[in-house]
Amino acid sequence: MGLLDRDLWKEVFATLSKNMLRTFLTTLGVIFAIVILIGLLGATNGMKNGFDKIFAGTATNSMFLWAQRTSMPYKGFERGRSIDLSLSDVDMIMREVPEVDVISPRIQLGNFRGTVTVIRGGKSSGSSVYGDFPTIDLMSKKKMVEGRFLNQNDIEGARKVCVIGVDAYKLLFEKGENAIGESVRINGVYFTVVGIFKRNDNINFEGENTVFVPFTTFQTAFNSGDEVGWMAILVDADKSVAVAERKIKALLKRKYNIHPDDPRAFGSFDFSQIFEGINAFTMVLSGFSFFVGIFTLLAGVIAVSNILLITVKERTNEIGIRRALGATPANIKRQIVLESIVLTFFAGLIGFIISIGLLHALDIAFGQTDDAPFTNPTVSPLQVIVSFTLMVTLSILIGMIPANRAVKIKPIDALREE
Amino acid sequence: MIEIKDLHKSYKMGSNSLHVLKGINFKAEEGELVAIMGSSGSGKSTLLNILGMLDEADTGEYILDGVPIKNLSETKAAKYRNKFLGFVFQSFNLINYKSALENVALPLYYQKVGRKEREAKAMKYLEQVGLKEWADHLPNELSGGQKQRVAIARAMAAEPKVLLADEPTGALDSTTSYEVMDLIQQINDLGNTILVVTHEEDIAHMCKRIIHLRDGVIVEDKKIEQVRASQYVQ
Repeated sequence: MGLLDRDLWKEVFATLSKNMLRTFLTTLGVIFAIVILIGLLGATNGMKNGFDKIFAGTATNSMFLWAQRTSMPYKGFERGRSIDLSLSDVDMIMREVPEVDVISPRIQLGNFRGTVTVIRGGKSSGSSVYGDFPTIDLMSKKKMVEGRFLNQNDIEGARKVCVIGVDAYKLLFEKGENAIGESVRINGVYFTVVGIFKRNDNINFEGENTVFVPFTTFQTAFNSGDEVGWMAILVDADKSVAVAERKIKALLKRKYNIHPDDPRAFGSFDFSQIFEGINAFTMVLSGFSFFVGIFTLLAGVIAVSNILLITVKERTNEIGIRRALGATPANIKRQIVLESIVLTFFAGLIGFIISIGLLHALDIAFGQTDDAPFTNPTVSPLQVIVSFTLMVTLSILIGMIPANRAVKIKPIDALREE
Repeated sequence: MIEIKDLHKSYKMGSNSLHVLKGINFKAEEGELVAIMGSSGSGKSTLLNILGMLDEADTGEYILDGVPIKNLSETKAAKYRNKFLGFVFQSFNLINYKSALENVALPLYYQKVGRKEREAKAMKYLEQVGLKEWADHLPNELSGGQKQRVAIARAMAAEPKVLLADEPTGALDSTTSYEVMDLIQQINDLGNTILVVTHEEDIAHMCKRIIHLRDGVIVEDKKIEQVRASQYVQ
C-alpha cells in the first residue's frame, strides 16, 4: 500500500470532501501564507529586476577618478597644490595595477561640467564637449539613434568627427534634417557628425546636449597636450574596485609627490559600492521575505494540524471501526498525514496561483513604465521548489501530531464512544 | 476453534481494582453458534473484547484456530483481527459517509485486495444479506435492520474464522431482530463459527449453546435445542 495507491487517495479525498467548508477554511491559513511568501519574494525579485534594469549597460565594477588640490604639505610642497592627470598616468596605472581592465581617459573643453558653444550655420547649442576614447561606451552604453559612436579609427587618424546628443541635434538642426555627414563648429574647428545618441533608460553620466569627439582629435584641435580631465576605470569583474582604487591613488601620490595620507588630492567615485549596497539591500529583503513567509506558513500548517486534531477527535468512532476491521496503526497514520499533506499542498497551489496573479497585476499596474521601481516581479523556479518542499515537509512533520493522536486511540475505547 | 483457559481481567478504577473476569474457561468448536448471556456488569462484553483482540487479558491463555493470542503489537493485532475475526456491533458502526458497498469492502481494503475483486466480493456478500439493490446507499438511508445486515455482510466479507456479534439485535425491534438472527443462523448453517453476546432470552435460544456469565465467572454452559428464527419471519 504505497503512496501511489489509488484507494488511499480516495479515502483521503472522501474524508476531506465530507466537510468542504471546514476543509476550505482550514486551508485559508496556508493559502494566505503562500500568497505572502510568494508575493513578498516576487515583489523583492521585481525590485531587484528594477535595479538591474537601471544598472543595465553600466559597468558596475568601475570607478571615476580625478585630480584635485593637495590638502597636506609634503616634501617641500605646500598644501593646496593643484594636480593635473596626464596620459602617462593612464599608461602607468595600466602597467602597475593588474586589477585594472580598461581605462578610458577623458578631457573636457572648458570648465568641469561647463559648456561651450557649438555652432552650425545660424544655430548654436551650449554643449559639454568631451574628448573621449571609444572605450567610454563600456562604462555607460549609449543608445545610438543614428550613425555610430566613436571608434578606434577615429582615434588613430585623429579624425575631426563628433557624436552629438539628441538635444544638441534639436538645437543645431531642423526637425527631420539629416545630420550625419554635416559639419558643426566647436571653438573654430569643424567636426563632421557621425552619430546621434540619446540617453539610455538607466544611469547616464552625460546629458543629451553632450558632444563627443575623439580624444586624439581633441588634443590637436584644442591643444590640450597629454592632459587628462578624469578617468573612467573598469576593474576586472572578479577584483575589488576598492582595492584597485587604493593602489591607483597610492601610485599617483608617489608619482606626484603627495603625502600618502592626503585624502583630498584625488577624488573618486566607486560604482561597485552603490551596486553592492543595493545588492545587499535586496538580499536582506529577500531573506526577510522568506523569514516572514516561512513563519506565516508554519502558522498556516499548524492551523491545518489543529483542525486535523479536532477531526481525529470527531472521527474517534470511525477510526475505531477501521481498527476493528484490521487497519494497522500505520494505515491510520498514513491516512492522516496524507490528509495533512493534501490539504497543505492544494492550499499552497491555490495560494501560489493567487500570488502569481497578484504579481502579474502588480507588474501591469506599476511595472510597465521605463522608470518603474518594479520589473517583472516573479519568483524563480528554485524559490518555488524550496517553498513547496518546505511546505510539504512542514505538513508531514506537523501532520504527525494528529496522526499520533489517532493511533493512540484504542479501538475498544473508540467503539464505546457513541 | 476458540480455546480460553483461566482468563482474568481487571480494570483499575482509581485506587480500586475492578475484577471483571475471574477465571474463564471454555472451548468453542468450528461451526458452533454460541450465545454469551449475562446481566450488565457480568463481564460478557469484556470477554468479547478480549476474544476480539480489542482488549487484552491480564492472565490466561487464548488460542484462536491454533494461534496463541498473546502480547500482540498493535499492528499484529490489527492483522489478526482482519484475518480471523468479523465484528457485528449493537450500534452497527458503519462509516456514515461510505456507501453500503464501500462499508462492506473496507476490511478487504485492509487485506490489500484489489479494487475490482473487492467490489465483486462485497457485492456478493451484500447480495447474501439481501441488500444488493441498496449497495450505493449511505447508511443513513437504510433502516436499522438493513444497517445491521450491511454490518454482517461487512463482517463476513473478510471471510473470518469467527464472527463476533455484540448485542447484534440490541437496537432493533423484535421483528427486525428475528430477521437478523435468521441471517446469523443461515451464516452459521454454512459452517461459520459465531459468538453472540446478548441479554435477551429469545435471541439466546436461537443459538445452539448458551453460556451464562455472572460476576466474571461462567455459571452455566449448556447445549440447547435451537429455535429457528425463520418461523417468525414472514
